[in-house]
Amino acid sequence: MAPERTPVIQLKGITKRFGSSVIANDDITMDIYEGEILALLGENGSGKTTLLNMLSGIYYPDSGEIYVRGEHVSIRSPHDAYLLGIGMIHQHFKLVNVFTAAENIILGIDEGAVIDLKTAKKRILEICSEYGFEIDPDQKIYDMSVSQKQTLEIVKALYRGADVLILDEPTAVLTPQETEKLFNVIRNMRNAGKTIVIITHKLQEVLEISDRVAILRKGRYIDSVPTCDATELSLTEMMVGQKVELNIDRPEPKNCELRLSVRGLSCKNAENIEVLKDITFDAYSGEILGIAGISGCGQKELLESIAGLQKPEPGAEIVYISPEGKNESLIGKTPKKIRAMGVSLSFVPEDRIGMGLVGSMGMVDNMLLKTYNRGSTPLTDKKPSKRLAEQIREDLAVVTPSIGTPVRMLSGGNVQKVLVGRELSSSPTVLMTAYAVRGLDINTSYVIYRLLNEQKEKGVAVVFVGEDLDVLLALSDRILVLCGGRVSGILDARTATKEQVGYLMTNIPEEQEAQDEKQ
Amino acid sequence: MIIWIQKAIGFAALITLAALGELLTEKSGGLNLGTPGTMCVGAATGFIAAFRYCQAVEEPSVIIILILTLLVSFLSAMLIGLIYSFFTVTLRINQNVVGLVLTIFGCGLAEFLSIYFVQSSSGNVRCDPANRVFTALIPWVSEKLGVVSDLLFSYGFMLYVTIAIAVGMHLVFNKTRIGLNLRAVGESPATADAAGINVSRYKYAASCIGSGITGLAGVYCVMEFKSGAWATADISTIQAFGWMAVALVIFAVWKPLNLLWGSLVFGICYWAYQYLPGMLGIKVSTDLAQMLPYIITIIVLIIVSLGKKKENLGPASLGMTYFREER
Repeated sequence: MAPERTPVIQLKGITKRFGSSVIANDDITMDIYEGEILALLGENGSGKTTLLNMLSGIYYPDSGEIYVRGEHVSIRSPHDAYLLGIGMIHQHFKLVNVFTAAENIILGIDEGAVIDLKTAKKRILEICSEYGFEIDPDQKIYDMSVSQKQTLEIVKALYRGADVLILDEPTAVLTPQETEKLFNVIRNMRNAGKTIVIITHKLQEVLEISDRVAILRKGRYIDSVPTCDATELSLTEMMVGQKVELNIDRPEPKNCELRLSVRGLSCKNAENIEVLKDITFDAYSGEILGIAGISGCGQKELLESIAGLQKPEPGAEIVYISPEGKNESLIGKTPKKIRAMGVSLSFVPEDRIGMGLVGSMGMVDNMLLKTYNRGSTPLTDKKPSKRLAEQIREDLAVVTPSIGTPVRMLSGGNVQKVLVGRELSSSPTVLMTAYAVRGLDINTSYVIYRLLNEQKEKGVAVVFVGEDLDVLLALSDRILVLCGGRVSGILDARTATKEQVGYLMTNIPEEQEAQDEKQ
Repeated sequence: MIIWIQKAIGFAALITLAALGELLTEKSGGLNLGTPGTMCVGAATGFIAAFRYCQAVEEPSVIIILILTLLVSFLSAMLIGLIYSFFTVTLRINQNVVGLVLTIFGCGLAEFLSIYFVQSSSGNVRCDPANRVFTALIPWVSEKLGVVSDLLFSYGFMLYVTIAIAVGMHLVFNKTRIGLNLRAVGESPATADAAGINVSRYKYAASCIGSGITGLAGVYCVMEFKSGAWATADISTIQAFGWMAVALVIFAVWKPLNLLWGSLVFGICYWAYQYLPGMLGIKVSTDLAQMLPYIITIIVLIIVSLGKKKENLGPASLGMTYFREER
């Protein structure tokens, strides 16, 4: 099938930076054609969402030009985007909970002072029947399922006259049946002449739904191919790219002892959706276990379950084997107890401050957070914390006016150094870090790698959740790959290739799938 | 019994008016604890305007008294609302802090102004012409209908203005685009923002107009409830009414029409200490009996939150400041 080649949107040399060191989009030039389903494919942090956020008015590009239907435009707000017929459906829905579906749809549209819900409902139902949506205009949002809310967001965009629809990982929150339904309406919309852009990293879905695939890698536009000419393998190769030699030290693991044993760990989130499924693995002292996976595949839940912050489903086993050889189950223990046993979790969430550090407190007080209950008097002793803060500031070259400056005033990278430094200082036996180098410049990243290697040589079992496959392959001894909350493989990092890992990140091996179906 | 209900209705209208102003502010997501202070300022400025005018002119005109009093108190209270929104919306300072500060400031300002302009730090000053305007009854219906007259038509015009505002506000909230947008701002400013609604403008407008209405309640209190007499000691009474209005908004689960009967419950409770013991033949401490409205508010809050109906829990972003770039 050859769609007419009229570009509805043209991006020319789009560049977007966050801060001084992070380039989210680097000189991207691409076209989006009318009446096609374009899949935008890329790893985490490859700049997919950032790029399309510039089309929907959330961000404004630092340089570059956007043309809509041949006209040079500047999109400064979501409202501007709507006027150009561009509607974006974000992963986090923008809906008012206590309003009905119809009220949400007409919100902010200027159509006379008195609301005419009747006409609005009629138009909504027309849109629904045209494309095959199922929504009840009188239903309240808080009574809706995630998939209904998503449908509503799409209808909202159509109601406002959008003819280019951007969907940010629409299937991440859906069940397979709901996904199928969504794909049907997407096809209906395409057949009615709408242009649809889907951000995704699921290869099967790309092949199933899209007409064309555009691939981004590390903020750069790689290429676009018609879907009919693409295979999973060719897409994976383009997505992960050539292996980059990183020159990270990797000492041979010594004195490996079993330190942490996880068996059959499953976990449900607040919406009762299974986010971890039957996770089984071991972590040994003196080695670094890398965890790879698309973001949101259960990394956070996995670490939190071990640290005692998440309640696993019954039947799971998490056993900690102390250096003295004592076996102890971690399930049911409080986070404080688990920490006291030497299992430390340093988590760098998307917003950095929010987990682990108190933004309005200085470095000293943040150090104190982990040790406040030591000592014999009811008064806290700030001296050790002060010393520790000074030491971290020096060792990791934290740039701060003083160790008393609220950490929220520091730059992201420096906040991260404080967080990681504090975790390392508690001399753990199991050290879990997630996204420890996210947003850090090269030099600081290497400092962190060095610190992790030091810990490894001390005989600590390090669990390193990372995003960059090159780093994971160079730093870890073994790599556990998560896909959709399941372990899709555990590889030896010394022999594994990037393609192998990339493939496992997007695919559950078939025999495992078959096994699950039987259950 | 009739007198009890009469008094309750008079009282109810007064705090309903104050609560309507607070409700409007809260619908936009602003929890304005400056309500008592705003009432005091509205009361003081309105009274001063009427008092000075009546002193200066031989034969004060009814129309001028009316317009002058209401306009002055509305505008001065609006100014307090403007300060509130500048601090909470533009400077994004904690709403509770700003509100409490404005209550303290408003009460102090009211006292200062009344001493400065009316020149009496003790004792009553009266403004009888104004009192007559505010307590004038509707002819015919207030006399000829027996009990109905006594119950429904023995009040000044402000009662009916209050009811009209409540009904009007109900219609605006539920039937108009402005109302829908305003509710969206109070529920989820980020959503409203994404839909192209100017969040700050709505918050400013709601707080200013709301405060103005609350200010009217202040002058209503002086002119009718206090029979047109002003004493600085009354400021604490007005302040107490202000807090009651804040509680009433919660009691009415943020619905303007509920304010009408909710305030009646408050009114009956408020006067219960005078009439109930006599009717039941028991003796209760006055202070204890005067706690009734607050106790009922607490009970309603408990029932409402047990009901888990999200509409009844108030605007979702109530009390929070909104900053677009904080996602």
